[in-house]
Amino acid sequence: MSLIQFENVSKHYAGKTVVAVDNLNLGIEAGEFLTLLGPSGSGKTTSLMMLAGFERPSAGTIRFDGVPIETLPAHRRNMGVVFQSHALFPHLTVAENVAFPLKVRRLSRSETATRVTSALEKVRLAPFAERMPHQLSGGQQQRVALARALVFEPRLVLLDEPLSALDKKLREEMQLEIRRLHRELGVTMAFVTHDQSEAMVMSDRVAVFNHGRIEQIGPPQQLYDAPCNTFVAGFLGDNNKVEGKSGPDPVAPAGQMEIRLANGLTLRGRRAGHSTNGPSQVLCVRPECLKVALDAGQLETGNQIGARLVDIIQQGDHWRLVAALSDEDGGLRAENWTVKVNVGSVPAGLTVGQPVVLRFRPEDAWIF
Amino acid sequence: MSLWKLLYWTFCAAILVYLIAPILVVIPLSFSSGNLVSYPLPGFSLQWYEEVLFGDKWIKAIANSLFVGVLATVLSVALGTLSALGLARSQSGWAGAIKMLFIAPMIVPVILIAVSSYFFMAPLGLTNSYLGLVLGHTIIAVPFVVLPVLTALELLDPNLSRAAAACGATPRFAFLSVTLPIIMPAMASGALFAFATSFDDVVVALFLAGPDQRTLPKELFTAMRSPMTPAYTAVATLMILFSTSLFILMQRLQRRARAQQK
Repeated sequence: MSLIQFENVSKHYAGKTVVAVDNLNLGIEAGEFLTLLGPSGSGKTTSLMMLAGFERPSAGTIRFDGVPIETLPAHRRNMGVVFQSHALFPHLTVAENVAFPLKVRRLSRSETATRVTSALEKVRLAPFAERMPHQLSGGQQQRVALARALVFEPRLVLLDEPLSALDKKLREEMQLEIRRLHRELGVTMAFVTHDQSEAMVMSDRVAVFNHGRIEQIGPPQQLYDAPCNTFVAGFLGDNNKVEGKSGPDPVAPAGQMEIRLANGLTLRGRRAGHSTNGPSQVLCVRPECLKVALDAGQLETGNQIGARLVDIIQQGDHWRLVAALSDEDGGLRAENWTVKVNVGSVPAGLTVGQPVVLRFRPEDAWIF
Repeated sequence: MSLWKLLYWTFCAAILVYLIAPILVVIPLSFSSGNLVSYPLPGFSLQWYEEVLFGDKWIKAIANSLFVGVLATVLSVALGTLSALGLARSQSGWAGAIKMLFIAPMIVPVILIAVSSYFFMAPLGLTNSYLGLVLGHTIIAVPFVVLPVLTALELLDPNLSRAAAACGATPRFAFLSVTLPIIMPAMASGALFAFATSFDDVVVALFLAGPDQRTLPKELFTAMRSPMTPAYTAVATLMILFSTSLFILMQRLQRRARAQQK
């Protein structure tokens, strides 16, 4: 049995006109690090707030260890919560902030002192115990908030975009820090973010939210390699898309299908689970799966598409090429594709404005 | 120094003198050894302070002012803080209108409040009573509490009370141990303003206070009709001293609150 179970949970606002969470079913396993990932307004934060007890579901049941908790007030749920705004008590010192949950639980003074010290050591802030929160940096404040959420040894810790307010370097440092704490303490963590790379770095499992529903849930690599639809494909990592029509393709190997673009070109890719032969299909291929050549002759035949180089971005270990597929006379309209190439395999003599050919293996592309 | 700079400094100095001189000019007069409120001073004496601090008339007025001021402050801090809490939490469209209502006494001429309070309280037998005067002063003092406390509450991270709840604190414990200490400096500065409002008020006191409730400002005001002695300037000097100390205290409090909120 899962530690937490959402059963048909919905949340409406303003008299059912706004649906924040739509019939959610989700289990959180004991000890796992689960990330709720999605754009803003996708229902991920609302789901977490319902779990913490700050919002009440409009319908459905939330179970903790099998016991329904949706009417239990937040202060009796025994879950640690970390907020984006860290929400430290500004009038208390770091140690007093961390001691707060223990004071509420009426622990003895010596027990409190021991636990506060150990919690501050875990987040490496022991020397800062007597500081006031405003004397700390953003990253340190967030670590105090973590210590405060962990100090009473809850079985579940909820983190609501705790790192979004930090700058990039600090954010990456804190990602590893939280990962380490999760591993060391064996506590279950539910983490909300809109940052897909953060989700990839930290999670055992990722649930991708959109419009109040979970589009797909699974280990991050699985979601990356086998997204179930264009939304997940586009949200987790970059993806290049082109629309077309599919038709029967007798020569395609099992699990693959062919798509015919508006300009008559055909491309082949893997057939996504629910994809059938229909009038409108989308082919997705990741930037790192594309190979670029200056003309068709340099590439073997197969999946290839002509484009014009729009921009070349040098990023040190790799280059990012932006290519325009659109040809109005052929009727093909698509967003620009990006190609990620290692510095070593950049064809010589690339210039902006030049026509190029992009090629990819059918097994690297998905057709939805 | 350039001509412009000279003009600039002269102009600034003139403004400051204009603002402060009328206040400062009464101070030396209060140390006069003569009976007239005029310069030049015949000599130095503390006789007027003696009269004010050891005579019945002024001590009674000072006691009245402090008594009414403290009660009005307590009432307006209690009511003002509760209203601010309600307003900050309210989702209702009426909240804005109600907030305006609370702040109205700051904008409406005091004389209007005094007159209407008089006509409202007279049939209830509240004129010429301490209760009436305290209530009148509470009306004009309450906005000075509602405004800073409401501002402090609006600046408060709404996640703080959620964080307290997540730590296991009941709403009551969360309020007492988190919200209240954080808005305390705002309440204190509101209390000082409220007290100063009551302490300075003459208009409401003129209408609502009876012979037993004469406050300092009212006593000073009635002096216009009797021959003026330097005793009045001694009272004025004491009031200036008192108000200035309050003001300095307020500045200190606000500075401390800002250091904490950062």
